[in-house]
Amino acid sequence: MTVTRAVEPWTLDPLRRFVTESGARLALLTTPAGQVVAQHGFTRAVDVMAAAALGAAIAASTAEINRMLAEPRFRALTHQGVRHGIFLASFETPRGPMLALVVFGQDSSIGLVQLFMEDLVRDLAAAAPAREAQPRAVLAADFERDLNESLAALFGRET
Amino acid sequence: MTARIRQALDAITRIRGVHGAVLVSGDDGLVVAEALMEGVRGHAVAALAASRFQRFRRATEAAGAMAPEFLHLQATDGSLLVVPAANGVLIVAVAAADINVGLARLEMIRAAEAFA
Repeated sequence: MTVTRAVEPWTLDPLRRFVTESGARLALLTTPAGQVVAQHGFTRAVDVMAAAALGAAIAASTAEINRMLAEPRFRALTHQGVRHGIFLASFETPRGPMLALVVFGQDSSIGLVQLFMEDLVRDLAAAAPAREAQPRAVLAADFERDLNESLAALFGRET
Repeated sequence: MTARIRQALDAITRIRGVHGAVLVSGDDGLVVAEALMEGVRGHAVAALAASRFQRFRRATEAAGAMAPEFLHLQATDGSLLVVPAANGVLIVAVAAADINVGLARLEMIRAAEAFA
């Protein structure tokens, strides 16, 4: 069974709706730095971490090309393969910018993914809790624990 | 080609009750060209109509009836008409519920032939 899991619980329902309606096979929500927020369809942590890092790198390099072309910002990128399509979008949420990496097969289409991505962005904006007044400082000592907690949330493991 | 597409869409939208016509890339669900009344979300119509058409095509092919030649979805307040053209393009019309379906179908098939 394919599961949807989230580190940030408020992203779970919007992502589930998006996956159901768009027919996406894999979906990954990350920060622009590649920190995973939620995922659907991945079964191995190594895959999700690699996809998150690659998605963030592609978004960063495309944003740089955009900057050179004096485009306001990177919004979306599509790659259509023979069996699968890949869609990478950048958008704003009340909790900051996010990336969505979506892999879809022949039972979906880029048109559907684009259409329901608009809904996902709207749903995330509606579901996002207010930003913390005092953001928590990221400490090196907390990093491994946070990473393990994220992996546990994303793959349902014991930490 | 652009003029031919424009003519084909205009011929469909001239029919009474037609709110708009869209040429859609059937595999992608993306808009190729559109002539729609304000308020009709062309990209949403394109994506969803292409998706439905692919599903119906699978159903008719599984039933041994080959690919659909005309799709008419009758909703409470309107209709969605789809005719496939060459190269995987779909001609989609958004219309009122009381549209003259026969006339619209004829015009859409003519438009599809223009792409052959």
